[in-house]
Amino acid sequence: MAKYSVFSLARNALSYHENWQRAWRSPAPKPEYDILVIGGGGHGLATAHYLAKEHGINNVAVIEKGWLGGGNTGRNTTIVRSNYLWDESAAIYEHSLKLWEGLSQDLNFNVMFSQRGVMNLAHNLHDWRELNRRVHANRLHGIDSEILTAAQVKAEAPIFNVSPNSRYPIMGASIQRRGGTARHDAVAWGYARAADQRGVDIIQNCEVTGFVINNGKIEGVETTRGRINAKRVGVAVAGNSSVLADMAGFRMPVESNPLQALVSDPIKPVLDCVVMSSAVHVYVSQSDKGEFVIGAGSDLHVSYSQRGSFDIIEGIMGALCELVPMVSRMKMMRQWGGIVDVTPDRSPIIGKTPVEGLFINCGWGTGGFKGTPGSGHAFAATLAAGEPNDKAGPFSLDRFRTGFLIDEAGAAAVAH
Amino acid sequence: MFLIDCPYCGTRQQTEFHCHGEAHIARPKDPDAVSDAEWADYMFNRSNTKGVFYERWVHNHGCRRWFNVARDTVSDRILAVYRMGEQPPKVKS
Repeated sequence: MAKYSVFSLARNALSYHENWQRAWRSPAPKPEYDILVIGGGGHGLATAHYLAKEHGINNVAVIEKGWLGGGNTGRNTTIVRSNYLWDESAAIYEHSLKLWEGLSQDLNFNVMFSQRGVMNLAHNLHDWRELNRRVHANRLHGIDSEILTAAQVKAEAPIFNVSPNSRYPIMGASIQRRGGTARHDAVAWGYARAADQRGVDIIQNCEVTGFVINNGKIEGVETTRGRINAKRVGVAVAGNSSVLADMAGFRMPVESNPLQALVSDPIKPVLDCVVMSSAVHVYVSQSDKGEFVIGAGSDLHVSYSQRGSFDIIEGIMGALCELVPMVSRMKMMRQWGGIVDVTPDRSPIIGKTPVEGLFINCGWGTGGFKGTPGSGHAFAATLAAGEPNDKAGPFSLDRFRTGFLIDEAGAAAVAH
Repeated sequence: MFLIDCPYCGTRQQTEFHCHGEAHIARPKDPDAVSDAEWADYMFNRSNTKGVFYERWVHNHGCRRWFNVARDTVSDRILAVYRMGEQPPKVKS
């Protein structure tokens, strides 16, 4: 497959861009694979890429019930950061951020990773103390993290109202300058293309209807395109994790909730970093097209409908108008929802299941996009060895039995 | 936004209510007698059903009473509302 470069761009320009090759094949499923990954979102595709690249296993298929990146990968607000509190989370998210930094070169696909900085606002004394604690913890982990005063917040992001008389006064913020945003579709497509180049079969419109389990050991899956055997199976299906676990006969500590986002009409550049506020549950950045990309909080009820409640939108827009008064004159163009799989401790689950040979990677909740490369990397190592690696180890499903929870719910900037 | 038929107050907007997750989870009668795995199943595992799901709501900004709702989690359609202590009705999505 042709390598993308400035020369290929120029060459294709001469033929009016009519001769670009397909970025990946569309093969029929083979009867058997060494490793089968269920779920063609960012995490599943990244898993397949690292299985082929890092572990030399290329008899791999990724099966996806819809189209690539059509779930949460294409529905998030594309924020990437690694400023988590606890050791285990800091390790995997920082590993992920380091992979993000070289991802476009690794994949030969421009994922438009922009390290524009991610700011987390503090609105009250409690926020401010937690934020200071987290910044110091980050720095002890070697993760870049700085504290900004309200005046510095104003200098970095002048559209924010930092008046002490505002509804949500800004006491200060933390900033991770290596954090930023990336192009979400490009991440799915880049991983798909790179994995396909190494021989991975990417099979779309292929829904799992059941597992073939013999004596507690996985043998394959039944799909809408027939039975596919595999020695090991990895599940990376986010909001549908419980549905697949149910098919395999075990229960999960996961609830599927709608999480919403919206974008404004495009305006001139006014915001050159990502700003998040956990207290009012709003996060905002400006896309390269000029739209404000706004993330909201999740609904608290279980739903698979891929749409959330309007009062959530009303709530965050009310808060955003207080924080950034100019937003009150902007129009919002589109709003959508995705279904996120939330665990009790707000940390992901990566590792073994009660079925031998069946592995799961889920529970990334409202913050899965940033974790895509690190998640894929750790899950690939887990699938290749049949045992979790050092990054995945603490995130076992068994931690809910042993009690070794990784409680990021109150610890990290909660709005992942 | 849901319109929820509170069994005590009648139909109100979702913003008056708060969802508290899956209904009919029984706390083990003798917590000391159960294994860690059984306790974890009670404490953390949820059926998270895709389809007809039975859940608890509380009318925070109304009568402040708890009740159960049967809802289809795919269509988000509310299929039945019933009081605490009542058996879950058989409903079809």
